Amino acid sequence: MPKVSNEAKINIAQFFRNGIIENNPTFVQLLGMCPTLATSTSLLNALGMGAAATFVLICSNLAISLLRKLIPQKIRIAAYIVIIAGFVTMIDLLMQAFVPALSNSLGLFIPLIVVNCIILARAESFASKNRPLPSALDGLTMGIGFTIALSCVAAVREILGSGTLLGFELFGGTAPLSIFALPAGGFLVLGFFIALVQFLKSRKGGTK
Amino acid sequence: MEISLASVFVLAINAVLVENLCLVKFLGICPFLGVSKKTDTAIGMGLAVTFIMTLSSFITWLVYHLILVPAKLEYLRTIAFILVIAALVQFVETALKKLVPSLYSALGIYLPLITTNCAVLGIAITNITENYGLVFSILNGMFCALGFTLAIWIFACVRERIEHCDIPKPFQGFPIALITAALLSFAFMGFSGMEF
Repeated sequence: MPKVSNEAKINIAQFFRNGIIENNPTFVQLLGMCPTLATSTSLLNALGMGAAATFVLICSNLAISLLRKLIPQKIRIAAYIVIIAGFVTMIDLLMQAFVPALSNSLGLFIPLIVVNCIILARAESFASKNRPLPSALDGLTMGIGFTIALSCVAAVREILGSGTLLGFELFGGTAPLSIFALPAGGFLVLGFFIALVQFLKSRKGGTK
Repeated sequence: MEISLASVFVLAINAVLVENLCLVKFLGICPFLGVSKKTDTAIGMGLAVTFIMTLSSFITWLVYHLILVPAKLEYLRTIAFILVIAALVQFVETALKKLVPSLYSALGIYLPLITTNCAVLGIAITNITENYGLVFSILNGMFCALGFTLAIWIFACVRERIEHCDIPKPFQGFPIALITAALLSFAFMGFSGMEF
C-alpha cells in the first residue's frame, strides 16, 4: 500500500512540473498567444484571466474525459468546442454577476476563451485519452502554468508601463516607460520572455 | 448608424489602420505568427480569413437578431456563434472543393485553421456589442479582415528578410518574430492619433 501512494505522489509532482515548467503552455508550447498579449496590461487582469481559463480547463478536461467513449471520433472537435463553449458561457455569466469590474476590463476576451488553443489542445492530446481524475489534474496544472506565464508578462508590463503593481503606486504616480502598457510593449515583453526561456533551455541542454 | 460614403470611409480607416486587428486589438495572433514565414502563404491566409469573416459577420448577425433575440436566448451567443463559424468553415471548404477547385487549392489548407481563429469569433461578438446593423456588420467584418491581411503581409515581408540575418541564438524563431511584431505595432501606433 505505501508503495502505491508514493507512486501517486510522484505522479502529482510530475504533473505540476510538466504543466508549469517543462511544457508550460505559453512559454514552451507557445499556445494561447492572444489572451497572453491582450490581458497582460495589469497583474489583476492577468490573474482574472488565468483563473477563468483554469476553471474552463479543469471542467472541460473532466467532462471530455468522462464522455471520451461516447463522442464519435469523426465529430470530436465539434463536440469539444460545444463542451468548452458551455463552460465559457458559465464563467462569463458568473464573472458578470460577481466581479463586474474585472469582467468589464477583460471584455471580449472572456467569450474568446472558447477559441483559446490551450484548452482545445489539452482536450485533444490529453483528456480524450485519459481517465477523468488525471485529466482534471492536467487541466489544473496547465491552467496554473498559463496563469504564471501570464502573470510574469503582466507584472513586467504593469511595473514599467503604469508604474504600479496590483494597483499600488511604486514610483510616486509616474509611469517609467508607458510604452509597455501599449500593444507594442506586449509583443516586446513576451518576445524577451520566450528568448529567456530558450536561453535557459539551451544552457540546460549544453551542460548535460 | 447611418450608411453614407463618409461613415463607411471612417469605418474602413478605423478597422484597417487605427484599430488594426493583430497589432492593436490582439486578435488572430496565432495565424499572424504561425503562417507568416512566406509572403504567399501569408496572403493566402489573409484572403481565406477575409472570405470567412465577411460571410460569418453576415450569418452571425442574422442568427443573433432573427433567432436568439426573439427566442430570448442571448446568453447562448458564444455557443451559437462558434457552432455557426465551425459549420460555415466546413461548408465553405466542401463547396469550394466542388465548385471552385482552383480557389480551393489556393486557400484549402488555411480554411480548417480558421475555426479556432479568435478574430472571427471576436469580430462576430464585437458586431453585436457595438450594435451594428446588418450592412455595417458585413463591412466591419470585411475591413477588419483586410486590416489583418495588410498586417500579416507586411509582417511576412519583414520576416523573409530576417531569415538571412545573424540572430543571437536565444532569439531565433519565435522571439525575434514577436519583437518584429512589436516594431510593426509601434509603426501602427502612429495612426492612433487619427480620431474621427
